[in-house]
Amino acid sequence: MSLSTTPQPGPTRPELLAAMLRIRAYEERIVAFHAAGPFPNVCTSVGQEAAAVGVVSALRTEDQILTNHRSAGHLLARGADPGRMLAEVMGRSTGYCQGRSGTLHISVKELGVVLTSTIVGGELSLAPGVALSRAMLGGEGIVVCFFGDGAACEGIFHESLNLASVWNLPVLYVCENNQWQAFVHRKETMVGDHVAPWAAPYGIDSLTVDGNDVESVRKAALHAAAQVRETRRPFLLEAWTYRQRGHMEPHDQSYVDPAELEAWMAKDPISRLEARLLADGELTTADLEVLHAEARRAIDEAAEFASTSPYPDPSDLAAGVYA
Amino acid sequence: MTQMTFHDAVEAALHEEMARDPRVLMFGEGTATKRKGLLKAFGPQRVRNTPLAEGIIAGTAAGAAATGLRPVVDLLFAPFLCFAMDELVNSAGKLRYMSGGQFSFPMVALAMTGGGWSVGAQHNHNLEAWFVHAPGLKVVMPSTPADAKGLMKAAIRDENPVLFFMDIGLAFAPGEVPEDEALIPLGQAAIRREGSDVTLISYAKTVHTCLAAAEALAEQGVSAEVLDLRTLKPLDEATILASVRKTGRVVIVHEASRLCGVGAEVAALISEQAFEALRAPIIRLTGPDAPAPASYPLEQAFAPQADAIVGAAAGLVARTLEAAPIW
Ligand SMILES: Cc1ncc(C[n+]2csc(CCOP(=O)(O)OP(=O)(O)O)c2C)c(N)n1
Repeated sequence: MSLSTTPQPGPTRPELLAAMLRIRAYEERIVAFHAAGPFPNVCTSVGQEAAAVGVVSALRTEDQILTNHRSAGHLLARGADPGRMLAEVMGRSTGYCQGRSGTLHISVKELGVVLTSTIVGGELSLAPGVALSRAMLGGEGIVVCFFGDGAACEGIFHESLNLASVWNLPVLYVCENNQWQAFVHRKETMVGDHVAPWAAPYGIDSLTVDGNDVESVRKAALHAAAQVRETRRPFLLEAWTYRQRGHMEPHDQSYVDPAELEAWMAKDPISRLEARLLADGELTTADLEVLHAEARRAIDEAAEFASTSPYPDPSDLAAGVYA
Repeated sequence: MTQMTFHDAVEAALHEEMARDPRVLMFGEGTATKRKGLLKAFGPQRVRNTPLAEGIIAGTAAGAAATGLRPVVDLLFAPFLCFAMDELVNSAGKLRYMSGGQFSFPMVALAMTGGGWSVGAQHNHNLEAWFVHAPGLKVVMPSTPADAKGLMKAAIRDENPVLFFMDIGLAFAPGEVPEDEALIPLGQAAIRREGSDVTLISYAKTVHTCLAAAEALAEQGVSAEVLDLRTLKPLDEATILASVRKTGRVVIVHEASRLCGVGAEVAALISEQAFEALRAPIIRLTGPDAPAPASYPLEQAFAPQADAIVGAAAGLVARTLEAAPIW
């Protein structure tokens, strides 16, 4: 498949790596907090960093994002402050949603993140409407909707693609096919391996990309986003990737085939880019150490900010339900 | 004043609001086909037909509302709201709060409800209480064309998601509608008839049944006040309590089934806040806990009848007179 991409000024390869490392460090800190408990339930995106960074790095500031319960990578890649995210997860008033969202529903209006939905498919149901606003109120922006292969098996996926196509709405659908749907392998619930072909009957172009290769994802996302920008029509990009941890914390993979896990761990998106950068002589092991340390330090600061932030005032419990 | 049906009053409201605010648009299954006047005036961008898919219709409205438009969606018959429940309840109703106020959801979902067309239970279900129970939503259920217009305009201008239920039995009944703005704020009940012995509290079609009952009661020398809730959420508690404090007797009437219905909430409100004013127990007259039947006589029997209201109200008055001290 040849992709029509003109070279774009964008992040360098070490910058892409740094973005992925920051997500990994954030998720690992969440895992550590959870293990030390008590801590809210969380679904991590460990293993899916390349999809998040690859796609989000291809977007522009005016673009809008809707995503699902594994959203931390998308938000961080978009530039969300990890301190305010962790504060939200910890239910503090300094969180992006004043502690009312928690881990699973963070939205950040100033970054164009309209929704993190933990109703599986909720993001798919709102996406055409957000794109309708773009279409009717003007502006060049497109709408990116991240969802899983599990959501793709819901009726709302089909309703969403159909309407977006019929109404010519600028939605870039991004399916992160991470092989799992909570505790069920996609092989039990889907005919075929891929979601991308499901776009064709709706007149929507699609592409499947190696979701663990950040450079491939970015290239594919630039192509897909350019197509949506130009045609003002939907496009479906499928990132073929893997959920490295259990569905949610505490981590449990007792039900996972060890061979599958091993094969995918060997394709870890961060290790792959690191190996490439080392092989090409772009970075040294010492450089990598520095990048890792920087990511950890940013998350240390975030954790410090979040854990010392105040809780919301319980007397405001029911405030803000209505405008 | 002009005479128009409920259906046309809603359309007049839409027309005026779409002319006033370019962000208002309307879509639904057959909207552009059936609302030719709107289509002609505002074009296919703002008056749209959709696929038969209530989930994506409501979800699209929520997404559009969050990002700058003010959609009105016609979901046709209330039972179809079951397909749009997630989008209305979990998204439109909750996401303002969950986002810490970053996003609001100024949208209206229109649906028809109640008996009158013999359409049977899968097209007729008074499920307004479901939405009253859902935080973040507002619920409107008018009884006259004038209110339908004024409340629809207010619903469109509201920053929150509003469920607008149109009673099928009223849809093509004409009524007086003022020609000026005539906005009716959400959350204001109306006293349809003044009275001093008993308050009949209702909304939508059964308001008219209560008015007929009040006529009959007057002939018996019983003065009934008829209170039309108009908006079920927010509920106009002040008007309810004031009326009950005046009459001391209450009959609550609605077509929806009794258990956890709107009437239960009104009764609880009165017993919590105006218990001292009550001279007799509160009575609820409602539809049965049964799916709506199709056969016309059964469908009519489903909704509380004027005779029953007269009997209940007269009984309350007699009971309190009997119990009155003899001096
Ligand atoms: C409507 C709905 N049904 C079920 C769930 C429970 N649930 C949460 S995540 C999940 C799996 C979703 O799978 P997928 O869309 O593939 O996303 P992934 O978790 O793999 O990233 C399920 C079933 C839910 N949150 N919402």
